[in-house]
Amino acid sequence: MRDTYIFLGVLLLFAAVNIGLVANGTLAADWTGLGIIVAAGMTLALYSFLYKDNPLFKFAEHVFVGVAAAYVFGQTWYPTLYGELIAEWTDPGEGETPNWWLLAPTVLGLLMLTRFSLRFGWLSRYAFAFFVGLAAGWTIPRYISSFILAQIEPTLQPLTWSLEGLNLLVVLVGVIGVLVYFFFSVEHTGTAGHISKVGIWFLMISFGASFGYTIMARISLLIGRVTFLLDDWLHLM
Amino acid sequence: MRAKNWLSALVLAWPLASAAENAEQGIDIPAAPGIGTLLADPLPPIEEQELGELLAHPEPPIKVQAFDTPNDDGGSITLTWPRNPQISENAMYQVAIADSPSGPFRVVAEVAATGNLMSEAPALFGRRADLENHHYVNVEEFAAAGGKTPLEDGKTYYFHIDVRSAGGAIRGKVIVNAESKGNFFNNSKINNLVLCLVFSGLIMGYIGIARRRELKIRRIAGLEALDEALGRATEMGKPVLFIHGLRGMDAISTIAAVNILGRVARRTAEYDTALRVVAPDPVVLSVSQETMKASYVEAGRPDAFNPDHVFIAGTDQFSYAAAVEGIMIRDRPAAHIMMGYFYAESLLLAETGSTTGAIQIAGTDAFTQLPFFVTTCDYTLLGEELYAASAYLSGEPRMLGSLKGQDGGKAILLAVLVLGTLLETFLGWSQLTHFFTP
Repeated sequence: MRDTYIFLGVLLLFAAVNIGLVANGTLAADWTGLGIIVAAGMTLALYSFLYKDNPLFKFAEHVFVGVAAAYVFGQTWYPTLYGELIAEWTDPGEGETPNWWLLAPTVLGLLMLTRFSLRFGWLSRYAFAFFVGLAAGWTIPRYISSFILAQIEPTLQPLTWSLEGLNLLVVLVGVIGVLVYFFFSVEHTGTAGHISKVGIWFLMISFGASFGYTIMARISLLIGRVTFLLDDWLHLM
Repeated sequence: MRAKNWLSALVLAWPLASAAENAEQGIDIPAAPGIGTLLADPLPPIEEQELGELLAHPEPPIKVQAFDTPNDDGGSITLTWPRNPQISENAMYQVAIADSPSGPFRVVAEVAATGNLMSEAPALFGRRADLENHHYVNVEEFAAAGGKTPLEDGKTYYFHIDVRSAGGAIRGKVIVNAESKGNFFNNSKINNLVLCLVFSGLIMGYIGIARRRELKIRRIAGLEALDEALGRATEMGKPVLFIHGLRGMDAISTIAAVNILGRVARRTAEYDTALRVVAPDPVVLSVSQETMKASYVEAGRPDAFNPDHVFIAGTDQFSYAAAVEGIMIRDRPAAHIMMGYFYAESLLLAETGSTTGAIQIAGTDAFTQLPFFVTTCDYTLLGEELYAASAYLSGEPRMLGSLKGQDGGKAILLAVLVLGTLLETFLGWSQLTHFFTP
């Protein structure tokens, strides 16, 4: 019951604030003003989850899921299926001929949909085989270059009696420790256990740094949202 | 002082004549500022340093070579020429291009007198000590009337190299030509091929061994926690929520997640515990339904399988997160199992799940998201542990063999790291490092 009163009170307060903002001309009585009110309402509704699950949050959540699904469909249909495919055949532009080469990826895409049929599902294997083969051929050299060679080369440097040398030594120890931690053929006991412990220390230190960095980024997102509420909506800043 | 001024006038007049010659030939080389003024007016005094630069007036290079850029897909010509140790640091080489020997030539690149040394591009020229004494430049396009025009393969282009310094610009007399073409092999990537063959061979070999006998892998703490979490859910009579990451079935982490789902589904079927699976993608949804169905059949409980328990919670990153958070709060599952590739939604999911008091087990190979799972979940499968868990649970020879093969690859890399560092440090032998250059 208490929550119902809080819920109704917040709704009434939100309505009163917006009526006041529009009445005194702080917010324009047009589509832009309505957009700001809706954005502020949705922001507050989603933040209300911090109190507890409530009908406002549920409403915002369902609107969010529905709008996102519609948006994804729109993004798939207009720029990709229509823009890149159908328009290329039906409206190729002045002096240009339809690009019939696009039939090949179209057929491959349609073959993937045959997975939904028990009788013709085997046809999808051609499309998947093409896709997997292409992706493997494309990815493996880049993977070796970026994730093995580009990591190994800077580690393989001469160690010297200097700060740079110490830095290289720390990197080398960290790389060896982490590699041993991700070695699955031997149990983490004895020497392997000690080295893998060093590895897990390095991992945790890097996770801590990454965590702090990301939290700072999230705080900046929060600041952006609060700025929107105080400035664009309430005009208090 | 008079002798100095006379000499400087002579030096200044030289580039002016050269600039006039260039203009006749249609070469767009800007004249050094103030030359005309200096000649018309009485000669002003010249500082010692400036005079030194003028006296060391550079000559354009004579030993110029032009050839198709090696190891590329065409559309590029490389020019090389010897470094002039006496040239002023402020001088510039200007490379001019034309499609006929008579021109008109257009400036296509400028190279600092101390820059673009061949030794700086080992992928193109290899590693030799004398490469420090040569400049190079790659020409891929030039400014034409219709805008920037790429080089055409099979067409002959002509080049000369001029020098521009404080004293003005001097046109190079040597004209060289070359045609660009695509190469079938990129020889600088041979090391990639060797490593690819070695690692593939190891994996294939271990898969063969795995087919003949059982391969062991080490205990993974997060896996043992799975049974604990499922047991807890059974005791509490609450459901288990399995949350897929955001990537589709083309991601290895999603395939690993599906394998783990198979094990979880089998246990929940045996324990008669409700299992809910959320997916962000229709293909992941279909595969998860099939996997879950197969697990329920294996457990002898096909009747308990309900395809509606596997569903799409959202198709967009944050709508997916919002929907899953709602499920966590309303259904209060006893265990959250998050497996796959996650992005920024990881902390939202894990933090919300943590507030519900559910036991949480996560596994991802998204390095940037691991910190959030480590801090908010009870157990986390870090990176490759996710694949290892998948291989361990599935017992598939191919997966176990792959895992062992990767271990073999890691052993090689460990040996290379230790040996290479020792060789570099104590013997100065860097061939191993060069082999591992991307």
